Amino acid sequence: MANQLFYIATAIALLAVVVAFLRLLKGPDPTDRVVALDGMTITSISIITAAAFFLGRVIYIDVAMVYALVSFLGVVAIARFIERGL
Amino acid sequence: MSVYIIAVFGVLMVFAAVYAIYSRNILSAIIASGVISLLASIIYILLAAPDVAMTEAAIGSGLTTVVFLLALKRINRLRGTEEEDVDA
Amino acid sequence: MQDLELIGGLLSVVGAVFLLLAAIGIIRMPDVYNRMQAGTKATTLGSILFLLGIGLANPDWLGKILLLVLFIVFTNPISSHVLARAAHHRGIPLAEGSVRDCLSDDEAGEEGGCE
Repeated sequence: MANQLFYIATAIALLAVVVAFLRLLKGPDPTDRVVALDGMTITSISIITAAAFFLGRVIYIDVAMVYALVSFLGVVAIARFIERGL
Repeated sequence: MSVYIIAVFGVLMVFAAVYAIYSRNILSAIIASGVISLLASIIYILLAAPDVAMTEAAIGSGLTTVVFLLALKRINRLRGTEEEDVDA
Repeated sequence: MQDLELIGGLLSVVGAVFLLLAAIGIIRMPDVYNRMQAGTKATTLGSILFLLGIGLANPDWLGKILLLVLFIVFTNPISSHVLARAAHHRGIPLAEGSVRDCLSDDEAGEEGGCE
């Protein structure tokens, strides 16, 4: 029962990534695309943690942490470039 | 479940790659290439290669994006423009 | 034990619904600032609930998951703030129906009720 709930949650998060990706393809300005990238990465961290739960390997959570750190640095670098040219 | 996640992210990767090629805005293309690396690292995790995923996330999304932005800044200075739209 | 897993699963489903609402907000809001606040607040809450649900279902991992939650809580508002500043600096106009632009007022040196 509980496992099915986690499968449903992962499917909903997957749908959320797809919906946010549409804004990345559509957004009129690069800033919209960075917002979509930010939302996609935070949702993807949840999906990675769910995968760690399904596959039963704790090291995937470390990968999720590196992923969060790198995506944060990337977003800050792009925003700084937009604001005053890196 | 892993198979479905890999399929969805693979399709999204293809769309992001096509967008990065055909976009007229260089900054948007750089963002799309960062998205490709992030999605690829999730696929590596699901294929049971966490070390490759960590490297892909750090190099592909962090370092490559910053290097591309530095190159774009240099190009803008050479051309004397402030825009990131380069029609070439 | 079984109850804890059930509670974790329900918490994860609620968090995933918040993530989906955030994505819908990203695609349906009218301008970049509204998209940013929809995409940041709702995503932060959704990911916190999702990760805590998984941590409850598997209590051995709770320490690492709490560290991840703490990291998200610290970094997500910072990236949103930096992005909003960059968008404002770039000169993206507010959506129709926006009432007030406090950052422009501050930069123009006006005295106002923005505090």
